[in-house]
Amino acid sequence: MQLLLAGLATGGIYALIAIGFVLVWQTSQTINFAQGEFVMLPAFFVLAAMKFGGLSFPAALLAGFAAALLVLGLLFKQLVVDPIIRHGVLPLVTSTIALAILLKEGVKEFYAADAQPFPAAWATTNLQLGAAVVSVQNLVIIAVAVAAVALLQYFLGGTRTGRRMQATAQNPALACALGIPVQRMILYTFLINAGLVALASFLVSPIYLAKFTNGETLGLAAFVAAIVGGFNQVRGAIAGGLLLGVIDNLVAAYVSAQYRAAIPLFLLIAVILWRPQGLLGRIEERTV
Amino acid sequence: MMKTFIAISLALGAAGASAQQTVNMPIVIELSGAGAVSGTNFRDGAVLAIEEINAAGGILGRKISAPQSDTQSNPGISRAQVQKALDSDPYVILGPVFSGSVKVNMILCQQAEVPQITGAEAADITQTGNPYIFRTSFGQQMSMPKIANYIRDGLKAKTVAVLWVNNDFGKGGRDTFIKQMAARNIKVVADVSTESGQLDFAADVVKVKSANADVIFVYTNEEESARFLREARKQGVAKPLIGETTLLGQKVIDLAGDAANGVRGHVGLTADAPIPAVLAFKAKFGKRFGYVPDHNGIKGYTGVYAVKHATEKIGKFDRRLLAKTMHGLTIKPEQEPGILMEASWDANGDIDRISFLAEVVDGKQKIVQTLPKLGK
Repeated sequence: MQLLLAGLATGGIYALIAIGFVLVWQTSQTINFAQGEFVMLPAFFVLAAMKFGGLSFPAALLAGFAAALLVLGLLFKQLVVDPIIRHGVLPLVTSTIALAILLKEGVKEFYAADAQPFPAAWATTNLQLGAAVVSVQNLVIIAVAVAAVALLQYFLGGTRTGRRMQATAQNPALACALGIPVQRMILYTFLINAGLVALASFLVSPIYLAKFTNGETLGLAAFVAAIVGGFNQVRGAIAGGLLLGVIDNLVAAYVSAQYRAAIPLFLLIAVILWRPQGLLGRIEERTV
Repeated sequence: MMKTFIAISLALGAAGASAQQTVNMPIVIELSGAGAVSGTNFRDGAVLAIEEINAAGGILGRKISAPQSDTQSNPGISRAQVQKALDSDPYVILGPVFSGSVKVNMILCQQAEVPQITGAEAADITQTGNPYIFRTSFGQQMSMPKIANYIRDGLKAKTVAVLWVNNDFGKGGRDTFIKQMAARNIKVVADVSTESGQLDFAADVVKVKSANADVIFVYTNEEESARFLREARKQGVAKPLIGETTLLGQKVIDLAGDAANGVRGHVGLTADAPIPAVLAFKAKFGKRFGYVPDHNGIKGYTGVYAVKHATEKIGKFDRRLLAKTMHGLTIKPEQEPGILMEASWDANGDIDRISFLAEVVDGKQKIVQTLPKLGK
């Protein structure tokens, strides 16, 4: 039970990151290889706000969240994606790889090369349920991830703006013809992605500590989760994230800790071979 | 960080105007990557000693120049950096700390006949017959018998779960520890390897917890130790968590927060040792660098003072004679205050000094008992 809960908590984090990955891809055809570093950075925004700004932890969390929306949402779109996307997907992929290196080395250079403690915004106590000890931290992570996903699903399906965003994702040209402000809708997805990675950062950093290299593992896991679940479906990203989190923990416990990093890649290869559209993805047809 | 790096390098470089007036002691160390905590502490300890020595006139009238290079905690890069340092005709080389790096670069120092002062602890480093390698902390063959005795006599344990990091440091420690357990009829009921730089310890904690051993022995590097302790707290691990030096280090305590409370074990070196000279060092270090040093800070600091004392003893800068002199050398604090505690080096370059049993209480390392030198 503990293993399953831990796996679901890890998977919840992966899912949050993978959803942002998928949303940005759907609306702007942007494959963001800096997504892992996007998760690493908000924790340092918070630490910097506390250290240099003298803010309390709750205020620093809010400041960190706002900084993430600004830098990882607005500025990322306007300074990196918009000027480069017109030259094709490949230059943009290369640019996000470069951005990942820049963010990582920037944090290492200007903040710290070693891990930093990050406070938890919730209780770190445990609940005794029969013979099992259940971590409140894990429950909080799962609850926050579920709430974030539910809210997002409601927003996308139950609000006018959400439906316009979906229309933009499905056919930007037609959406534009119908009078939908496509660029604004795309900006919203970048802001949602920034919000999701900031949330993931605040949830995971108290456990993993804040370190400039954290994005390497998290980014790869989220990328694999998105492909396994289905790159064109938000629900696929959720399923992929949870599945990967649980499998990762089960493999580490019962098979081999040394090969745990390889298992997601085996899963990725298997899905590509037998179900290229992902477990919950749909086949996309293109006119040649 | 870059500004600090440049400032320190300039300050040290400015200590002497020409090669004739300085003695070259490059610091090749982990300033980034998995070993950044250990390496930064070692570097800062060495820098503090060098600044003190230079302010007092240097060694035999020559001030120390100590250019720094970052191994990035990568053995291949460390080898290249040591080679680069050797090309600058050094008197000694300080570092690295990671055993995996030292194993691949110490042969270069041996070939160049340059003494190398290392903080690495893997047992086999001093077993290869290299006359130019010297430790400033216990090798695992010295520390593991002490922790094994504590587990048997102090904790009365019959079973133990071992969690270790799968690098040269961790593998060497795990192998030595398991031999010591077997020699004391203590059964190893879980043997869990983890990876360097690992973030998620949930599954590993489940494994050691479900083994239901009398004690859990944790032998990983600083950041991984802190992540393990946080996860162990998260999963409500109740059995004693025992470590060897690193697990009780101040950096681990800082990173793990409350989760470090209750950890017990053996510490070969600690800035909290109940010795006035060590406490004075801790205060000086904290004032100079703004953080509390761990055992690696002492390794760097005492390493420089050991070189100073041995050089002044032979009366000239002779690398081969320095290495020869350090084998069998004992330095007492009354002879060289910077050595902090009496230290002896054997024919292999292994160090022997007093050590401690400690416990983490309220976020501080508390020394419970002082253990004598093995040679006494």
